[in-house]
Amino acid sequence: MSTGEIPYIVKPRADTGLYNAKLGIWLFLASEVMLFGALFSSYILLRVGATDWPRGASILSVPLGALNTTFLITSSLTIILSWIALRMKDLPKFKIYMGVTILLALAFLGIKAYEYSLKFQHHLFPSKSTFMAVYFTLTGLHACHIIGGVIVNSYLWGPGSRMWKTDPERFTNRIEIAGLYWHFVDLVWLFLFPVLYLL
Amino acid sequence: MSSDAHAANSHEMPFWQKYIFSQDHKIIGIQYGITALFFLLFGFFLMLLMRWQLAFPGQELPLIGKWFGEANMPGGVMLPEFYNQLGAMHGTIMVFLGVVPLAVGAFGNYVVPLQIGAPDMAFPKLNMASYWAFFLGGVVMLASFFVPGGAANSGWTSYPPLANIATAGQTWWLVGMVLLITSSLLGSVNTITTIFQLRAPGLSFFRLPFFVWAQLVTGFLLLLAFPPLEAAGVMQLMDRIFHTSFFMPSGLMVSGQPLAISGGGSVLLWQHLFWFLAHPEVYVLILPAMGIVTEIIVNNTRKPLNGYRLMVYSLIFLGFMSFIVWAHHMFLTGMGTAISAFFQATTMIISIPSVVILSYLFLTLWGGSIRYNTPMLFSLAFLPMFGIGGLTGLPLGLSASDIPLHDTYYVIAHFHYIVAPGTIFALFAGIYFWFPKATGRKMNEFLGNLHFWPSLVCMNVIFMPMFIQGLVGVSRRLYDGGASYDFAQGVLHLNKLSTYGAWGLAIAQIPFIINFFGSIFKGEKVTSRNPWEATTLEWEAPNIPGHGNFDHELKVYRGPYEYSVPGAAKDFSPQASEKI
Repeated sequence: MSTGEIPYIVKPRADTGLYNAKLGIWLFLASEVMLFGALFSSYILLRVGATDWPRGASILSVPLGALNTTFLITSSLTIILSWIALRMKDLPKFKIYMGVTILLALAFLGIKAYEYSLKFQHHLFPSKSTFMAVYFTLTGLHACHIIGGVIVNSYLWGPGSRMWKTDPERFTNRIEIAGLYWHFVDLVWLFLFPVLYLL
Repeated sequence: MSSDAHAANSHEMPFWQKYIFSQDHKIIGIQYGITALFFLLFGFFLMLLMRWQLAFPGQELPLIGKWFGEANMPGGVMLPEFYNQLGAMHGTIMVFLGVVPLAVGAFGNYVVPLQIGAPDMAFPKLNMASYWAFFLGGVVMLASFFVPGGAANSGWTSYPPLANIATAGQTWWLVGMVLLITSSLLGSVNTITTIFQLRAPGLSFFRLPFFVWAQLVTGFLLLLAFPPLEAAGVMQLMDRIFHTSFFMPSGLMVSGQPLAISGGGSVLLWQHLFWFLAHPEVYVLILPAMGIVTEIIVNNTRKPLNGYRLMVYSLIFLGFMSFIVWAHHMFLTGMGTAISAFFQATTMIISIPSVVILSYLFLTLWGGSIRYNTPMLFSLAFLPMFGIGGLTGLPLGLSASDIPLHDTYYVIAHFHYIVAPGTIFALFAGIYFWFPKATGRKMNEFLGNLHFWPSLVCMNVIFMPMFIQGLVGVSRRLYDGGASYDFAQGVLHLNKLSTYGAWGLAIAQIPFIINFFGSIFKGEKVTSRNPWEATTLEWEAPNIPGHGNFDHELKVYRGPYEYSVPGAAKDFSPQASEKI
């Protein structure tokens, strides 16, 4: 180790098999699991204690939710394809797949906003019932995570991609990290959709 | 050579970049340290105000009483609402802005990379972001004193429904907490990654100093325990701002009026989520302290650490168990005997590893040639003080004996013995111990003694009487210290004793403040990189390490505590030297 430089920024360390950011993102995701885990536990506790609880489908639009689910699953696929494109040293293809990922995320947010506005039109605010409170808190927090992902992915698609010229390996790693985060956000939705819309 | 180049680089940086928005772990550590010491002093000052009211209820606070305004202390006499603010904010500030940032933010940041032979933390920018999120959280907490109705006043635990209907200060508290949680989340990701990834060649896990182990386990506790409180905080914010009913049961009446809410929430949900954080948080408060004390005791007994491996296993076991004991704070909620039985069993089990660690530290003293310098004095005092705090916790961990003791001064005495003469003494010890590395100068021993002995006496004068008051049944939340209750009359005079102790403790900190700032400029210069003749890697770095920390390649040859090895030339064998 040459003195002064932080090691394992790009290359994995032999005994842990990880580069720094990869361990970092896994730790961060572990904390995110605890965050959403606490919220899902709260949902269970509140629902078990409730005298009556509406069926999600009677309030929420299952087709819109299902459409959003397919958007996110597809975007999970395209972000992997963008990472593979970089592994194949193909920057234009990366741009296409990452661009599609971002567009799918924006489409998800658009539909989510439309769903919210439908609820507001019917005066279904968070204060209406515990179900609505859970719905808005969980999907709102999830949407914040999507927005964060869109910002990061857009940076990596646009100005951040200049790193490809100077340090392609590190840039590829960054896409891997962004992908791990994005899969997690999708995974949360895969729990949210059945719990809120179907059960 | 290259570290000289780096040092030169850092000199070229403008002041604000080098010292204000620094990305160097040592500067950030010092920023954390100074900020946390300020908050410790501030939190202590809040407590002094409360102690005046407890010892002399309803009497005018002389001289400074009028400064607090008509809304808080009309004519210098404290209002109950203000007392409640002081109580809630004393707890919040001491835990989240004082002790944890000093133990984890300051010592973790400054010492861990040095002890593992790393040039910096793994993510320097994240480190800076973590400090500034913490700083912002502190500013929000301080600013909350000036909003209408004052700061949060529902206790540091913020139990609903009281906290849900409290004044605006509670919203500020929640926003401040979200910032502090974000800060410690970023910090813990950084610490854990650094320890896993940046260990010097040869530094295997079982060659790590115990302090690094303590910070590693603490990092995992912060990482996994804080998010549920963040979730709870978000839900309480929803309750307060969007009038949801996560924590609001149906049929709630406030001032004789039914609340216009949908209801159906659960008050206990908050308590579960809060204590799911706050019990591991107790170990966040104590584990780094154990780490510091271990380093200093081993160094000053000039003997290997007894049972290093078993201590590490105990530490990991402690960390794991701390996640499944939280409901011992909730025996009084009537959650059922089966659940109580489970949590009192886990609570009894978790006391075992603490006892193992403490016993090994005592055993390490046995037969050592002990050097009684200031850091050692504080570390030695830690052992019995933590022992008192820990043993008095056992009756609180058992459901039957907890119920009469719950929320009395006994509880206050119990956890303050752990945190005040326990953790805070360990933190003082750490400051005295690592001061030469950070400044190139030693702190004054005479002033150190003048700090230590009165502090030790006063801590006991403050907290020992509270055990008695608590056993009599005096509640911890009384604005008049129990004066309005018949059964408390016999122990009321102890309120004055505690208050005199608190004044004494305040005076005893003056030598420390003089010593701390004086020694930065006028302290005795240390001639060696290793003034304490220690073995761990931080003493290989130059004093006031430059950017990049070390000026030569490091390789680790042995465990962290090889003192008085038979046949060795000296009574300490540094980890990084090949010959013993």
